[in-house]
Amino acid sequence: MSTAPLSATPARRRPKGAAAGRLAVVPLLLFVAVAFGVPALAMAYGAFTTYNPGKPSAYTMGNLTASLQGGYLDALIGSVKLSALSALIAVVAGLLLAQAVVTSRFAFLRKAVLSASGVLANFGGVPLAFAFIATLGNAGMLTSRLHLDQHGWSLYSFNGLTLVYLYFLIPLMVLSIIPSLDGLRRQWREAAQNNGATGWQYWRHVALPVLAPSLLGGFVLLFGSAFAAYATAAAMVGATVPLITLQIATALSGNVSADATNVALAMSLDMVVIATLVMVIYIPLQRRSARWLV
Amino acid sequence: MAGVTASALTTEGRPAPSAAKGPRPTGPAGGVLAGLARIRWGRGTVLLVAGLYFLVPIATTLWFTVDNSPQGFSLDAYRQIFTVPGLWPALQLSLLLAAGTIVLVYLLLIPAVVAVRLGSQKLRTVVELTCTLPLVVPTIALTAGISDVLRWCNDNLAPTPFYATFLYAQNANFPVVLLLAYVVMALPLAYRTLDAGMRALDVRTLLEAAQNNGAGRTRAIVSVILPNLRSAMLNTAFITLALVLGEFTVASILGYVPFAVWIVNGNSAGQGPVTVAVSIVSLLLTWVLLLVLSIGSERRNRAQSTH
Repeated sequence: MSTAPLSATPARRRPKGAAAGRLAVVPLLLFVAVAFGVPALAMAYGAFTTYNPGKPSAYTMGNLTASLQGGYLDALIGSVKLSALSALIAVVAGLLLAQAVVTSRFAFLRKAVLSASGVLANFGGVPLAFAFIATLGNAGMLTSRLHLDQHGWSLYSFNGLTLVYLYFLIPLMVLSIIPSLDGLRRQWREAAQNNGATGWQYWRHVALPVLAPSLLGGFVLLFGSAFAAYATAAAMVGATVPLITLQIATALSGNVSADATNVALAMSLDMVVIATLVMVIYIPLQRRSARWLV
Repeated sequence: MAGVTASALTTEGRPAPSAAKGPRPTGPAGGVLAGLARIRWGRGTVLLVAGLYFLVPIATTLWFTVDNSPQGFSLDAYRQIFTVPGLWPALQLSLLLAAGTIVLVYLLLIPAVVAVRLGSQKLRTVVELTCTLPLVVPTIALTAGISDVLRWCNDNLAPTPFYATFLYAQNANFPVVLLLAYVVMALPLAYRTLDAGMRALDVRTLLEAAQNNGAGRTRAIVSVILPNLRSAMLNTAFITLALVLGEFTVASILGYVPFAVWIVNGNSAGQGPVTVAVSIVSLLLTWVLLLVLSIGSERRNRAQSTH
């Protein structure tokens, strides 16, 4: 969705304009260097050093080793598992919902769903956590009416958290897949039908292959979003699922020990490494889908 | 999950008016009729299940806020919104931060997006990469980095004159640190939204026409490009507002109390119903604002295309 092929304009003939163009970008680059670059570098540096107030810091691998052991490792694995599962479910559910909305005759439905998705995907996890606690928490309405607790239901478990995460992941998927669904040409379906294809065959051999990069890109996006989520789990006090974001927050709060801060920085670095790997997959996929869906 | 910023990348997913008539399974009838019937039925099921999943929690939450067990129905929770201590300062702080974030995002991004349209492919790659970078660092990792920088400043700046600046940046009435973090978090989505809005314009021709009529470059941008970019700018503003209002991670870890943090703190301090009422009202209010915005921009587009 980022590069329209037409935008590859020939090089400017007037160098003056080009210089002015570069100048207009400078504030943005400076800002990102300061507000993003400095904390990011500090995090990377802190992950490899010790911290003793008043003494110079020394290089160490201890923080990283500690961040990949015991409870911290469990939390990292827990986060990856939760993010992968909820992203996978949300990709399928989001695709179905988006297709239902795109093909709907009611223009208002489309607007309502799109704007609601924009809010749910961006508003942060606090209201979502509250809504689910009121509905399916220990004293939640559905829990008590349907006696769900007797069937072993707990909102604070892995499954419960997955259900809550879907509440912002599905809207995110709807937002990111709708442009691609809009890009599916009507003629493709008609051509398939004229050749005698059933609806299933059209999806199997035409639509899904064209959508595949967008779907994978969506999965990556959702994974990253779930992986980074903190507010939802933090607002659901008492959740028993170990998550890396909760561990970092606890370590940063200083309640553990002074050098836990540097372990928190190391855990942050672990997160960045995973998020980077995921982005490295994401970018070329976006390019590929842009080729078909202009 | 404010990190989700990341995320919604694609709110510009709003279609061009022409695309709104997307693919419809009402192709030529015939042997596919049975298939069509199946698809419509399937769509109904999908919409029903999705409707239940998304609306039931909202409905039960609303019920929870008006259900006062012994006496039954009561609007107390909503009445308390106007009296409960701490809410208004927190909301004020959030709105102030949101306004600051939106202004900074505009100032940084609009010139850059115009330049990208006019400039070389290399410039585009640089800007795109810069605005994508924050996606790689989850919000909590950015927060860890910021708190590390603050710790270093605290240890090392005390004897220097910069210390006053450092303290000012952390001033609880308007924490500049939070503002910086929020702008970083808003960049990826804001860039994509503004860039998509810009793509619909022929920036070069518009600018050349304005300049042929004697306008300077800045004047041309302000009076020709910006009005055409209005709907993308409004979209950016609302999504940023939602992001800042809901932001919890950075603020809570750095120890500030804007809106979302107040809600969570108040909730665990025993003010259950009010905080739940506030959170659900803020969610619904933001949604209505966005909905009105999208209907409004549709009207404008239609009005323009009929001219």
